[in-house]
Amino acid sequence: MDAFLALLTIFMLALFVGREIITKVPPLLHTPLMSGSNAISGITIVGALLSVAAEGLVSTILGFLALVLATINVVAGFLVTHRMVGMFKKRD
Amino acid sequence: MNAVFIDLTYLFASILFIFGIKGLTHPRTAVRGNLLGATGMLLAVVATLADRQVLGAGTQELALILAGVLLGSVIGVTLALKIQMTAMPQMVALLNAFGGGASALIAGAVLAEVDDPTMQTAVATVVSGIIGSVTFWGSLVAFDKLQGLMLPDHPVHFPAQQVGNGMLGVTALGLGVWVLSDPSNLAAYGLLVAVASVLGILLTIPIGGADMPVAIAVLNSYSGLAAASTGFVLNNDILIITGSLVGASGLILTLIMCKAMNRSLMNVLMGAIGPDSGPAVDADAMYAGRVKRTSAEEVAMLFDGARRVVIVPGYGMAVAQAQHQVRDLANLLQSRGTEVEFAIHPVAGRMPGHMNVLLAEANVDYDKLREMDDINPSFEQTDVSLIIGANDIVNPAARTDPSSPIAGMPILDVDKSRTVVVVKRSLSPGFAGIPNPLFAADNTLMLFADGKRAVLDLITAIKEG
Repeated sequence: MDAFLALLTIFMLALFVGREIITKVPPLLHTPLMSGSNAISGITIVGALLSVAAEGLVSTILGFLALVLATINVVAGFLVTHRMVGMFKKRD
Repeated sequence: MNAVFIDLTYLFASILFIFGIKGLTHPRTAVRGNLLGATGMLLAVVATLADRQVLGAGTQELALILAGVLLGSVIGVTLALKIQMTAMPQMVALLNAFGGGASALIAGAVLAEVDDPTMQTAVATVVSGIIGSVTFWGSLVAFDKLQGLMLPDHPVHFPAQQVGNGMLGVTALGLGVWVLSDPSNLAAYGLLVAVASVLGILLTIPIGGADMPVAIAVLNSYSGLAAASTGFVLNNDILIITGSLVGASGLILTLIMCKAMNRSLMNVLMGAIGPDSGPAVDADAMYAGRVKRTSAEEVAMLFDGARRVVIVPGYGMAVAQAQHQVRDLANLLQSRGTEVEFAIHPVAGRMPGHMNVLLAEANVDYDKLREMDDINPSFEQTDVSLIIGANDIVNPAARTDPSSPIAGMPILDVDKSRTVVVVKRSLSPGFAGIPNPLFAADNTLMLFADGKRAVLDLITAIKEG
């Protein structure tokens, strides 16, 4: 139960941190925010790696599928965000 | 020691993610922010590879890891480099889908691996399974609609929509209880995923094209919450932190979009706007004898005497892929001493920030892209407002007609400028299915043409004039 409460605390605090920084992102950058947040939500790649390595065929297969999806999110997410934010320029 | 080292790396990576998002608060720092996030991800992956479970895995498993990462990377790089900026809503829909799918799969894998899961693991598995599957299939439906594949763009209503979805939701929860009582039964989890998948499809089908910004933001939020829930499955801090950051991001965008349409989230999710809602206003009576048609030459003359021009892009500009021509027109006008700015409505296009990305791609200075609240007071000092492919977001009925389906929606006050030029193929209504009194206004001229063609003609006319 203690461990759960610690995780719940982290969850709630992270929600507040998220609210604080994300409300400061201007509408100008809302599309890169969405693709960028998809990239970091590819952090499930961590769980996928552990599942592939786990005992048992079912876990390994499900983990492999998750690994492919999460890797796509990470790679495509960061790369397409990089493409987009590089376009926002100001000339004077 | 090893475990401590891994956890510390995760902590560091989480901090990099937070600074990464913080970088997105300004275009100047956005590139660096994204790179910080990518660095955090690389560290997290390397740390996980050092985990005892991965290090101790057999060669077969290690080969699968290599294969999975390679396959995902090839697909990811191809997607990211090939995708057109106009198709970015589809891209984000796909990424949302993959995020949700990955979470549901990992939860299933843990259930298959662990013999006697704790209550926390079991509950979180159920939550990941439901949210992840809804996100996966809901996002694929959104992708299909945005790409214009099989499903219609307009809102779809089917009988017993709410009741049916409610029953599916209750069934999913019931199956969740079954999974909790018998975690080793993978069939129960499979059934849960199947029911949640149907629910995801049915929840997204009613949502029409112009409501997609909200749907995508909601699904973005779900994919984050699914990741956070998977963090509870695995007792893993970094998944929880990152998942809640993404969940918060999607939720905030959702609320911004709803506010920009003056509608509640429920109203949008039910697909409650469209041709069959609200009292019918007779379009013919509104337009008859009052719509003034213009030509590129006439508009060029208007531009000649104009000191200030505001361009209002909408989804039609994206469809016509006219952003580069629009940029050329703006540059031409500026070179002749006219002040040019762009007015961006929060829900213009098919996702939050869609118009900004398109115009940035066309090398329009981001200082010229002005938000609605910021630019609205300046329309009274604007000589010409040029509307390209936008309709509902400039419909003054939102301000003046309390019975209109879009009543109360904040709009760009283009009707207050001296002259309004609307580039549009016909008088057909926008997404809300209602006629637009702006088209019949005394100070409005209609330039009937495809967006790209019209802008090219305007450029030619100005150069010749």
